[in-house]
Formats: sequence, C-alpha cells, structure tokens
Amino acid sequence: MKEIKIKIKDLTLHYGQKLALNNICLEIPDRRVTALIGPSGCGKSTFLRTLNRMNDLIPSARISGEVLIDELNIYDRNIDVVNLRKRVGMVFQKSNPFSKSIYENVAYGPRINGINERKVLDEIVETSLKRAAIWNEVKDRLRDSALGLSGGQQQRLCIARTLSVNPDVILMDEPASALDPLSTSKIEELIHQLKEQYTIVIVTHNMQQAARVSDYTAFFYLGELIEFGKTKTIFTNPTIKQTEDYITGRFG
Amino acid sequence: MAENTRFTAESLKKKFRLSEFLAEKFITGIAFLSITIIVLIFVFVFREAIPLFRTGKAKEVAVKEQVTKINEGLKPESYGDTVNQASPVVVTNKPAPQAYDEDVIRQVENKKALKTLNTATWQPVSDNPRYGLWSLFFGTLKVTLIAILIAAPLGILAALFTSAFAPTWLREILKPAIELLAGFPSVVIGFFALMVMASFFQDLFGYASRLNAFVGGVAMSLAAIPIIYTITEDALSSVPATYKEASLALGANHWQTAFFVTLPAATPGIFASILLGTGRVFGETMIALMATGNAALLSANPFESVRTLAATIGAEMAEVVYGDTHYSVLFLIGALLFIFSFGMNALAEFYIKGRLMKRFMGR
Amino acid sequence: MMKTFTKIKGALIIGITGLSVMVILGIIAIILVVVIIGGKSQFSWEFLTSFPQDGMTKGGIFPAIYGTVLLVLIMSVAAVPFGTITALYLTEYAKENSWIAKTIRFAIRTLAVVPSIIFGLFGLGFFIKFVGAGMDNAFLGGRLVWGQPNILWASLTMSLLTLPVVIVSVEESMKTVPRELREASLALGATKWQTIRKVVLPGSVSGILTGSILAVGRGAGEVAPLLFTGAAYYLATLPSTLHDQFMVLGYHIYIMSTQSANVDQTLPIQFATTLVLLLLTFILNLIGVVLRSQIRRKQK
Ligand SMILES: Nc1ncnc2c1ncn2[C@@H]1O[C@H](COP(=O)(O)OP(=O)(O)OP(=O)(O)O)[C@@H](O)[C@H]1O
Ligand SMILES: [Mg+2]
Repeated sequence: MKEIKIKIKDLTLHYGQKLALNNICLEIPDRRVTALIGPSGCGKSTFLRTLNRMNDLIPSARISGEVLIDELNIYDRNIDVVNLRKRVGMVFQKSNPFSKSIYENVAYGPRINGINERKVLDEIVETSLKRAAIWNEVKDRLRDSALGLSGGQQQRLCIARTLSVNPDVILMDEPASALDPLSTSKIEELIHQLKEQYTIVIVTHNMQQAARVSDYTAFFYLGELIEFGKTKTIFTNPTIKQTEDYITGRFG
Repeated sequence: MAENTRFTAESLKKKFRLSEFLAEKFITGIAFLSITIIVLIFVFVFREAIPLFRTGKAKEVAVKEQVTKINEGLKPESYGDTVNQASPVVVTNKPAPQAYDEDVIRQVENKKALKTLNTATWQPVSDNPRYGLWSLFFGTLKVTLIAILIAAPLGILAALFTSAFAPTWLREILKPAIELLAGFPSVVIGFFALMVMASFFQDLFGYASRLNAFVGGVAMSLAAIPIIYTITEDALSSVPATYKEASLALGANHWQTAFFVTLPAATPGIFASILLGTGRVFGETMIALMATGNAALLSANPFESVRTLAATIGAEMAEVVYGDTHYSVLFLIGALLFIFSFGMNALAEFYIKGRLMKRFMGR
Repeated sequence: MMKTFTKIKGALIIGITGLSVMVILGIIAIILVVVIIGGKSQFSWEFLTSFPQDGMTKGGIFPAIYGTVLLVLIMSVAAVPFGTITALYLTEYAKENSWIAKTIRFAIRTLAVVPSIIFGLFGLGFFIKFVGAGMDNAFLGGRLVWGQPNILWASLTMSLLTLPVVIVSVEESMKTVPRELREASLALGATKWQTIRKVVLPGSVSGILTGSILAVGRGAGEVAPLLFTGAAYYLATLPSTLHDQFMVLGYHIYIMSTQSANVDQTLPIQFATTLVLLLLTFILNLIGVVLRSQIRRKQK
C-alpha cells in the first residue's frame, strides 16, 4: 500500500443530538483518488467537511476523535484553520463561482495570500486554468463574468480556483452531479491527471464514476464506515453484504 | 506546482491576525451602539427631567416665607412674588450672580410645579404657572382613540383582502403601494389635514372649532394605517397553509376560511399591529401640532380642540429657558412618552409574539 | 336557500375588505392630487433655486432644499456605516439566538418605534447640552459654539432615528449572499474578515443602497427631531459650517402654515413646498421599495 496522507481515528460527529458520523477509522493514501460512496444522508459530505474543518462553521456540530494529516492532528488546539484550508482545498457539489470575472475568480486565492503583482497573478491564473483543462475555452474572455459560463465550465473554473492556492489535498463533493455527460467526462479526466500531484477525496453517487476515477473506495452507511479498500476489490469482490447490495443497486 | 510539502506543526501553527482581531472587536463594539443609544436616550431624557424633583431647599424658603407672610400679612397667592422681589434676576432670566439664590428659586418653582402636575390645567406661561398633565393626557388619548378606531378596521380589512382574496399579481402591487403611505412625511399629512381635511369636515359636520381632536385623529390614522396594515398582512400570510387546507378540506369555502380560520389564527399579530399603531399615534408630533388646535381643554367632545403630550413638547421646548422648571416638565412628558412607547413595543414583542409562536408551533 | 345566503355573506366580506383597500389607495391618491394641484402653479425651476423674499411671502425655497440635502448627507455619513456594521455583526458574528444578538435586535426595534420627538429631546439633552456644551467648556473656554442647535447635532439626531431603517435593509440583503459563496471563500483559506470584505459586502451593495435611500427618504421628511436641534425659521445665508443653523423643507412647511402672519397669502408657496417634499420622499421611497422587492425576490 502507498504512503498514508490522512489518517482518521475514531471520528464521531453530532449535529445537536443527531449522530451523523459514528466512530470512523480510515486511512487515505497519498496521491491517490479515494471515493466516498453511500446512500443519501449517510454522512459523506459531513465526513468530507471534517477534513478541512468546514464543519467548524456549523454551530450545532460537535466533533470528537482525530484527523491526522501527515501525522499532524488538524483538530489540535494549535492548528490554524485558515492555513489548513489553504492546504486542503475543496470543490463543492454546486459550482459556486464568485460574481466576479473569470480572472478574478482564480486570482481570489492568491490575492488573499497577499500576491498582488500582475505578472505573478497572470501566471498563476493561466497555469491553474490550464490544469483545470478550461484555459482554451476561456483564455479570450478572462475579463467576462464567471456567471456567464456553462455549468460544466463553472465547475472546472472552481477547480482551477482551488488549484490556484496550491493545496496538497483536494476534497470534491459530487463535483459532477449537476453536469452533462461530456462535462462529466472532462472532469473525470482532470481528476485522473491531478492525482499525480494531489491527494484527492471525492464523494460520488455514480458507481461507474467511482469505479472509473478512484483507486480506493469507502462505503458509508448511516454514519458508519462499512467497508474500505481498493476500488477494484470493493467493486468486484466486496466482503460485506451491504456494500454488495449497494453497488449492485439492490439497495432498499 | 504542488511539490507536496508535508503538513507540519510549524507550518500550521496558530497565527494571530491583528486585522482579524481588530475587525471583530470593532464590529462588535459598533453593534452594541444600538443598545447604548437606547440606554442613553433613557438616561438623558430622564436626566433633564430629574431636577424637577429637587425641592429640598424649597423647605427653607417655605419657613422664611412663613415668617414673611406673618410679618407682611400677605395672601398665599403672592407667594411667588415675594421670592421675585428677593431676587429680580428671575424676571430677566439672566444667569444669576448668586447661584445659590437661583437654585433656591428654581426649587421653589419645582415644588409648586409638582403640586400642579396632578391637575387639569396646563398653563405653563403665566405668573402662576400650572403644569396639569391630565388635559394633555386625555387629549392625547382622545386623538389616539379616534385614530385607531379608524385605522384598525381599515388596515386589518385591507390586509385581509390582500392576503386572502387578492390574486398574487395584485398582492405584489398592493403591499408596496400601501407601504408608500408610510413614506409620507407626517408634516405633509399634517399640512393636508390643516388645509384640506379641516375645512372639509367643518363643512360636513358644522362644528365650531376648525381644528380639533377629530381632524387630528383622522389625520393620524393615515400614519397608523400602513403600520397596522403591514404587520397584520405579515401575520395573516404566516398562518400555516395546513390550517387553511384543513378548513377547506372540511368543506368551508374560501371566505369562510379567511374569516373564521386565518383571521382568528393571526389575532396575536393583529393585536401587536394595533399596539404599534397606537404607539405611533401616541407619540406623533407634527400632525398633532398642525391639526388638533392645540388648546389644552378637558372635554369628551371629539370636535373640541385638544393639545397632545407630544405636541406640547414640540410647541414649547423651543421657547423655554434651558434648565428651568418648564423645561424639566417638558422632559418629564418626554420621559412618559418614551416609557409608553417602550412598553408598547416590549408588550408587542414579548407577550404577543410569544403567543403567536406557541400557537403556530402547536402549543 | 342557505347557499345563496352564504354566497351573499361572502360577497359582502370580499366587498368590504376590497373597499378598505380602495379607501386607503384613494386617500393616497387624493393627497397626491391635492398637493400637486395646489402646488403646481408656483412650482418652477425659479422656485427651487431662489431665496425667499419679502418675509417669505415671495421667492423660492432654495435654502430649505439646500438644508434638507445637507442634513440627509451628514445623516447618511453617520447612519450608513454604523447601520451596515451593525448588520454585519448580526449576520456574520453574532450567534443566532444568543442573548446579545437578541438584545441588539430588541434595541433596534425599540429605536424604530420611539416617537421622533423623543429623538429631538435626546438631541437637545445629549448632543447639544452635554456633548456640545462640554466641548465648548473643554476647548473654547466656555464660548458658546457647539452648545447650541446646529446642523451637525440635528443630522446626528436624525441618524439615530434612521439607523434601524439602514440595519434592517442591509441585514436583509446580507442574508441573500449565498452560504456557498462564503464557504467557497473560506475553503480557499480566506479569513472571516477577508470573506466579509471581498464576498459579503460586495454582495450586499444593493441592500446598503436601499437602506440609504429609505433612510434618506425618512430623514428628509421628519420634522419633530429638528424642532429644537437646529432647524431655523428663516436664514438669509446658507449654512457654511457644521455649527450653523439651517432651513429645512418640512420645518418650512410647518412654520409657513401655522406660524406666519399671512397664511393665506403664502398658500401657493406652502403647497409648492409640500409638493417638493412629497415628491422627494415619494420618489426616494418608490426607488427603495422597488430595490427592496428585488432583494426579497432574490431571497426566495
Ligand atoms: N447542518 C446540519 N445540521 C443538522 N443536521 C445536518 C446538517 N448537515 C447535515 N445534517 C444531517 O447529517 C446527516 C448526514 O448528512 P450529509 O450531508 O453528510 O449526507 P450525505 O451523505 O452527503 O448525503 P447526500 O448524498 O444527500 O449529499 C443527514 O442526516 C443530514 O440530515
Ligand atoms: Mg452530500
């Protein structure tokens, strides 16, 4: 097995009284794609958001356990959440570009890091857009509003925006769920390229997609991690019946 | 690009961000300003009224007075004159050379004023000033009653029409249109009442005084209508759809549902709207100044002139000497108005809204 | 038989409620029409731009317009930033349902229902007699400059009165900034303050604008708070410093219609002045209401 990037130990999360994640233990390998699958409401998004402490924003969320990235517990009192999020980027289910120009969307991250020099910004914007495989489509209209792009383009722009701050880990919450097949395949291709440099965790409802893009798969059910392993193994030879039922679509 | 640096404790060490810290403290501080203002209003309106209750030194004078009276055999009414003779500065209202004397005079006046508060005669500018609040209070009440008797039915019925009977497109026009009335400055409504309504009603009813409680009340209802309308409409629209559906399912038709289900379910909200409308009218100044005639008469006749509490402050504050008894009495009236509107609002909020909540949450 | 009876009752109820609506709309229309008809003969460019003449029996109302504009400008400078920041606190920093947030909201609503004359008293007692007189004693050796009614104190008094208007509008529009955008910004490693500056505030510009317009509309029409904080009956010159008194449209109407010796003679001037004030507030409110309904549509 590859080197481990993120190690989750006994992670439990409550929303108020409601238990959303129950005692999750999981090891996410470095520079690989890990897919999170499971029925709606089982806690995939909640789990994903614990990895960059997005759940801190929800007042009712209470968390216990550890999340170690490179052996460093990100829930430690001395961790700077702002800097953590710079290293653990996130792409949301609904594409959410700012109502600014395409250029400014990608430059947003560098700018908040204090980079204001035109040339440097230009370069970051260009490389980020290229890596997100959208450069050719937008290079002539960088000053146009990002809201004028198509849904698929917007989502790739959001990926470019995430790449612009140069994270180590990228979290994706159903990044292609609202997209047409063509845009979806573009994003999948992109994920394939990105995993050479980034550790990627992706939530998906689409079994084929999970099978296509991921190296490892974790199956969640009702806030519990049921099974985790190589995608190939999970999809061809799951050890737990629930997993098999879910994957083959025989789920209640 | 990503050279895959490792996560280390140093690179992610908690950072103190000064701008972040200052922004939060600053914003929080400013937010407290609204509370501070309310407290300051309380403090400063009362602060200017409180000297009225300083009468300690009046006793000394009273004793001396007694002696003088016996000596000179004066009638009790000329009590004030004696003091004036003692220090003529009062007449000119210039700063007295001897602060002690002025203070004493002030306190004597205060004492007299306090005794007259509980009467019906408002006669602040005279040799023997009287500060009876009852005629002002009843005048205000009379105008308020007239205004609410007009505004409440109109506002509530119009709100019922808007929320229950009007089609959506009409509703989206009606609400903002009636809210525009709230944007009419009260001085404009007062001017309209003074110039147009007063003559119109006088021709219609043929009463003697052109400006009176009725004209003032009708004019003030125009200020109260938008408040009552808007809050009632909100209350009616927030009655859960399940209520209406249940009623309709039981075979009640549209208007029956609106009248017997929606309207009663929204009573607390409607009550709150009337309270706030009352508060608005009670403290309304410009309309009162311009349309009520401003005579402090104590009478039940709606067609007599009246003088309201707010109008009294508005008309007299600019003329009084800073810090004298009259000044303090006007601030006392202000304090009463403030307490009244504060109480109305608090009542509307805590009691009514709580009930409304409980009702909709299924008790 | 029973059914027709029910139907008649229904028609009656719809009729009465509909009639109430028409009465209210009718009153609005009548006021507008009467003021327009009464004022239009005198209403002219000349009237708007010239000074009063012959003891205010002739001439225009320029000083009153100037004073009104100055008043609402100074008022906005105070009320808009403070209102916006308070709204920021309520939407971004305060924990929903914390007692602090609840108390602040209660204070704001109280501020909105306190009679406007009380603000006048407060302006007199606090700004003029406490702050102003205090400044005179501390810096000017007791020379009377700030301790008397003037445009600064009047404007600040007015800004307290219009603060709730700003807060409510801005808060409403801040709530329309989608949570997703805030999250996007934070997920990129922006701090809260950066997110506010770059995402929340730009997203609520329309609300700040709406709040300002509604506040100006309110402030331009209020008279009671100005009665003893700085509005003047007549001034031959325009206010040139912050400690000058000023003329203002609403007060001008009040004075001309109730205190002047020859009320009848100046009737056209009074109507025209009222027309100016009504148009001003009406247009401002119209813009504000339209903007606000757009924000509300976005909310849904
Ligand atoms: N802010 C919140 N407050 C309270 N409960 C929440 C909150 N967010 C999520 N939940 C609950 O936690 C559980 C897990 O939610 P989560 O969004 O993680 O599910 P999911 O697996 O991502 O579902 P989906 O596939 O539909 O996105 C759900 O039951 C949800 O109702
Ligand atoms: Mg989800």
